[in-house]
Amino acid sequence: MSETTAKVRKSLARRYRQEKRFQAYGILSIGVGLLALLILFTDIIGKGHSAFFEHYIQLEISLDPDVLGVDDASDDEQLNYANFGGVIKEALRERFPGVDDRQQQRQLYALVSSGASYNLRDELKADPSLLGGTRELWLLADDDVDLYLKTPERKRPDARLDDQQKQWIEDLEAAGETDKRFNASFFSHGDSREPELAGIGSAIVGSFFTMIVTLCLSFPIGVAAAIYLEEFAPRNKFTDFIEVNINNLAAVPSIIFGLLGLAIFINLFGLPRSVPLLGGLVLTLMTLPTIIITSRAAIKTVPPSVREGALALGASKMQVVLHHVLPLALPGMLTGSIIGMAQALGETAPLLLIGMVAFIVDIPGGPTDPATVLPVQIYLWADSPEQSFVAMTSAAIMVLLAFLITMNTLAVVLRKRLERRW
Amino acid sequence: MQTGNLLLLLVAMVAAAYYIGWQKSLAQARPLGGIRHLESLPFYYAMRAALWCAIPALVVLGAWLIFDDAIIRSTVMMSLPEEMRPASEGGRNLLLSQIQNVASGALASDSVRPEIAGAADRLRGLRGTNTMALTVVFIIVAMLGGAWGWLKIAPQLRARQQVEKILRVLFMLCALVAIMTTVGIVMSVLFESIRFFGQVSPVDFLFGTQWSPQTALRADQVASEGAFGAIPLFMGTLLISAIALLVAVPVGLMSAIYLAEYAHAKVRAVAKPLLEILAGVPTVVYGFFAALTVAPFIRDLGESIGLDVASESALAAGLVMGVMIIPFVSSISDDVITAVPQVMRDGSLGLGATKSETIRKVVFPAALPGIMGGILLAASRAIGETMIVVMAAGLAANLTVNPLEAVTTVTVQIVTLLTGDQEFDSAKTLAAFALGLMLFITTLVLNVIALHIVKKYREQYE
Repeated sequence: MSETTAKVRKSLARRYRQEKRFQAYGILSIGVGLLALLILFTDIIGKGHSAFFEHYIQLEISLDPDVLGVDDASDDEQLNYANFGGVIKEALRERFPGVDDRQQQRQLYALVSSGASYNLRDELKADPSLLGGTRELWLLADDDVDLYLKTPERKRPDARLDDQQKQWIEDLEAAGETDKRFNASFFSHGDSREPELAGIGSAIVGSFFTMIVTLCLSFPIGVAAAIYLEEFAPRNKFTDFIEVNINNLAAVPSIIFGLLGLAIFINLFGLPRSVPLLGGLVLTLMTLPTIIITSRAAIKTVPPSVREGALALGASKMQVVLHHVLPLALPGMLTGSIIGMAQALGETAPLLLIGMVAFIVDIPGGPTDPATVLPVQIYLWADSPEQSFVAMTSAAIMVLLAFLITMNTLAVVLRKRLERRW
Repeated sequence: MQTGNLLLLLVAMVAAAYYIGWQKSLAQARPLGGIRHLESLPFYYAMRAALWCAIPALVVLGAWLIFDDAIIRSTVMMSLPEEMRPASEGGRNLLLSQIQNVASGALASDSVRPEIAGAADRLRGLRGTNTMALTVVFIIVAMLGGAWGWLKIAPQLRARQQVEKILRVLFMLCALVAIMTTVGIVMSVLFESIRFFGQVSPVDFLFGTQWSPQTALRADQVASEGAFGAIPLFMGTLLISAIALLVAVPVGLMSAIYLAEYAHAKVRAVAKPLLEILAGVPTVVYGFFAALTVAPFIRDLGESIGLDVASESALAAGLVMGVMIIPFVSSISDDVITAVPQVMRDGSLGLGATKSETIRKVVFPAALPGIMGGILLAASRAIGETMIVVMAAGLAANLTVNPLEAVTTVTVQIVTLLTGDQEFDSAKTLAAFALGLMLFITTLVLNVIALHIVKKYREQYE
């Protein structure tokens, strides 16, 4: 055995250990990344799943015409001004007799959501014959009550309610007069100061209009720009400049596009603030580079033989591009656009600057109505002090992530189904 | 008519122009013995008529919409008696919005001076006339264009060439949108920044260590002098970005090496897309996670070992931001590592090096420029990231490098300065644009260098 071999042999064990260690670092890194992903998702789902349900309280309500101030239940005008709150308060006092202190009464009334009177109005509207009778009705509970009922047994003593209220809720629960139902209003309502009444309905519609504007502008412009740059542009300094520009824009921080929207679209062109049209314009400029880059990549994969074949048969350059190259490159362009749209859907920062942080209660009816979008709604709720909004925010995030996952899956499926290998 | 309705009308007119163009070209072809005697296919004659109908009308509409508001405003202003016209721009805006409120009925017309009520009437009248005139002009232009396109149809007309030329120009205009965007960004941040530097000296801004942008509303207010020293913001941004990179670079790089060199194809097929999900999660979600989960956790952890940790510590924001940019580092590193030619690995392995030695001494140095490019891109992403820091970092501008304290960043200040209610001309609002300019320049430089390195590197092994 030579001296060198002996030296190598001696070092082998150390070198193999080193090899093992190096691999372990790699596995550890991937583990860290995946663990972060896991923690993020379990945290969000753990916090948010409860917001998809809300609690109702059963009360025996006597719809007394005198208290309500209604003599004809089919008259909408009267119903709109009727004192439903009074009936609910009376029902609460009857359910828990002996609460005379004003302070305590107020605490008792706080068990039922302020939105419950609207439920009551709708019931009465649907069936005017209820007037004057007594009915067992399920009324929406206040968010603190809801939160208390959702808290597991052992953590209840820490809840943000006083002991008397806790006692009342326990009574109701024991008597089977509370019920957990699917929170449909979460998907249909607009924003509200009351967590139990707030929903992401208006934000989803706002996001929808914003995305429509973005798609209608960015897809045609992006594809046209890609076609020009790949097929028609002469190779010169100016084309290089455009190319550098596009690559650069793809990496410009999104908030800068918000500054652009504020200075150019709002202050110079006088577009109204907080509307999906403006949000869509800003997001268009932001997603364009992504769409142009992926569309160019898709055009590049079309083999030159297709072009040459068409040219040989007498097609003009434009006909070659529009009749042959574009249809073949379209799946790739669509995939890129869906990914760009997914980015735009999750974007928040530029929209904050152009005033889409408004408190929007109504569902917007078109791209020029004031609106907010889902990520901005999440941002607004994350700032709210009420504890129930934590669950609502997480639930809204779950909805947003569901949309994004759907879009990205769609992009992957599209690519798999339509991709052609040449 | 509303703009939306005008556009719908235009669609109908364009369809009509297309149809009559098609019919006329067929009619002209018939006596000649079929469409093969036409210069172009009927489609191109029809398309030409449609384009003639649409493009002039759209140009007119665009130009009209850009200028009409300003013209109406100045007409209304000029109609007011001389002594009522405010000298300053702010006063003019105030007066105009008052007139607008009266005109829209939000303000009762008997509650304001008669001149203003008169101006409101004039504004309403002008607006009505304006909409009418726009509708009429728009329809006439569209019809004239369509008619011109239709009249010119003749068997010798080189319709295809003309249509293709127009399309080509349209495509080029679309490509120019990218340049227009850059120009728009530069102009919007530059002009406002110049106005800002007219009020605050650039030296104070770049080297001042005191940041408190609250300026006085009234001249006699106490403690009114705003301070615009941006050093604390730059330091805060650097601190948080540095923490993020300290997390993302080792984790991202080692993941990329493992996935590219060691992992079984099946593991790679699962782990790579999973890691890339991290890049697809919206930043507002990370912000929520950082503010409500990570920050309290770090604070409690710090308390339990006797450290004083701010509830909006730089560490929390930086850690979460690091997680977010792991995929940026790993996917670019993965690309450049797989681009290193196999022969280089084979040479090293053939000499008896272990796999990890090959990676550390051959593959990594060869891939280093590309990896550096990726890290620079990740850094630019970290510096410009907004939502995580807005939600999880503080607002107070502390000049510190302690990651357990709260710091603020450039992006946080831009958002805070621009989301409140304030007039557009104050130094406070303009400061946001100056910060935007700094942010744009920094990220631009980083991006240009990074993209250049990555491109150079790609060419090297191609």
